[in-house]
Amino acid sequence: MRSWLLLLCSAGVIAAQSQPYGFGQPATAADTTQKDLTVFPSGKGLPPGKGTAEQGAAIYKEKCAECHNEKGEGRPGQYPALVGGIGSLTSAKPQKTVGSFWPYATTVWDYIRRAMPFDHPRSLSADEVYAVTAFVLHLNGLVERPQELNEKTLPAVKMPNRDGFVADRRPDIKSKR
Amino acid sequence: MTEELTPPRRRFLALGASLAGAVVACRKAPVPSESGAHMRAYGERSPHEKTVRVVRELTKSLGTGSSRTPLGELHGIITPSGLHFERHHSGVPAIDPASHRLLVDGLVERPLTFSLDDLKRFPSASRVCFIECGGNSIGEPGANLPDVQKSHGLLSCSEWTGVPLSIVLKEAGLKPEATWMIAEGADAARMSRSIPVSKALDDAFLAYAQNGEALRPEQGYPLRLLLPGWEGNTNVKWLHRLQLVDQPAMSAKETANYTDLMPDGKAQQFTFVMEARSVITRPSGGQKLAGPGFHEITGLAWSGYGKIARVEVSTDAGQTWADAELQAPVLSKAAVRFRYPWRWDGKEAVIACRCTDETGYLQPTRDGFIAVRGLNSGYHYNGIKPWRVNADGTVTHA
Repeated sequence: MRSWLLLLCSAGVIAAQSQPYGFGQPATAADTTQKDLTVFPSGKGLPPGKGTAEQGAAIYKEKCAECHNEKGEGRPGQYPALVGGIGSLTSAKPQKTVGSFWPYATTVWDYIRRAMPFDHPRSLSADEVYAVTAFVLHLNGLVERPQELNEKTLPAVKMPNRDGFVADRRPDIKSKR
Repeated sequence: MTEELTPPRRRFLALGASLAGAVVACRKAPVPSESGAHMRAYGERSPHEKTVRVVRELTKSLGTGSSRTPLGELHGIITPSGLHFERHHSGVPAIDPASHRLLVDGLVERPLTFSLDDLKRFPSASRVCFIECGGNSIGEPGANLPDVQKSHGLLSCSEWTGVPLSIVLKEAGLKPEATWMIAEGADAARMSRSIPVSKALDDAFLAYAQNGEALRPEQGYPLRLLLPGWEGNTNVKWLHRLQLVDQPAMSAKETANYTDLMPDGKAQQFTFVMEARSVITRPSGGQKLAGPGFHEITGLAWSGYGKIARVEVSTDAGQTWADAELQAPVLSKAAVRFRYPWRWDGKEAVIACRCTDETGYLQPTRDGFIAVRGLNSGYHYNGIKPWRVNADGTVTHA
């Protein structure tokens, strides 16, 4: 009896320690679903869906080309190019594009879903995002026109600059008086 | 005449009475009040003060772009909230604080949602700290921007109040495998950044107030993440979710942007800290000295590594340096005001400042910066900025 009481007491203490103030509401599955946009390089977080560059071409023409131009060449000084620049990163004028710089295909998918089209972000369906991503990657020569991208095949696309990033090594500049 | 015999006060009263009687008939102009303007429920600055931010919006999505703090016109270390720099990636959302919720989920024992009222019940803390955009001075090493608003205006400093994030995370109960935290905003594009949990538990806080009042919409109303000393973009505005995870998401803003492309073609990533930096704000580019004689050289210094330990000023193009006075209080990861008395002889002079922080980090020269990171790293530029005081008193980039 006494040991039961002791156990109950210590359980109470642990509960008090674990949520010291007792503020906030338990989150429901709906709370998470409503905000669940995060996609990881492994593909974790990608919703089911599919699309090809072929399908993406029409969506791109209607919703993306005004800024990024017909073949992803961008509008200099205004809207960035999505293609080109591979091999330029060590040059005097590096071109950082999806093809030359972005390390993960999942990042392209995630950014298109969140932020594109620029004036109507989050307006594309999952299938449309797969299709437009496929088209942008196709413009960069990374996927074939009829190739289907889905939650399984997208993370497998290897981006040219996949190994182009290193951890922060600052303070890397040693100045002298 | 009787009028001459009447005492002045009497005469005034008599005049007043006769005016009151005649006002309808004569429509004489009322006597102007000498007691000043009416009071206002929310104050504004004098109409004579015109200093503003320089706003640059993208045409395709108005509200997206940047606005720069007019550092050359300001005093002390606190940026007025209405002049705090802005950098928005998808406009400024209109958020009703009554329905706003912060979701804390992922690798936690108890996924929770918090209302603003919930968060305000926790123990609060205030801290003065700077926020500097990781892209402040993009292009500066190559372009020599002409004034301090253009060259350094994505830096501001406020007193922020909120709840330490460690308290909120303890409430949800971190699982041991939680090493990263995805912070997401409620702007149209749901901008998100991956933040190491170590920073979240160190000095991060959730700010709901700035300079004594609720955050401005442009600063994340009603809630933003505050990561003292870290690049502005990680201080996620309109914060609505903290997702605890075991790896970074590699979002666009931590891969395509805010990474530092080095001369060897590799890009340094997760370069969070804004390294020590200083700049002379007066005299600075675009200003004009009235003439030879006394001029105070003043400016700001700040470091994401901690406190500023020393600021030196040169008035001879860097040949000799002398210590400037630091205005107390000198706060960690906050802007510090420095001052240096100078007698200008009226001849062309190049003035500059450099700072050292408490870790011993010395601000690099422009050439020293370029020697390591090249001209294409873009973000996190912190080189010394010299100004040329010309013989006619005008000030330009040197």
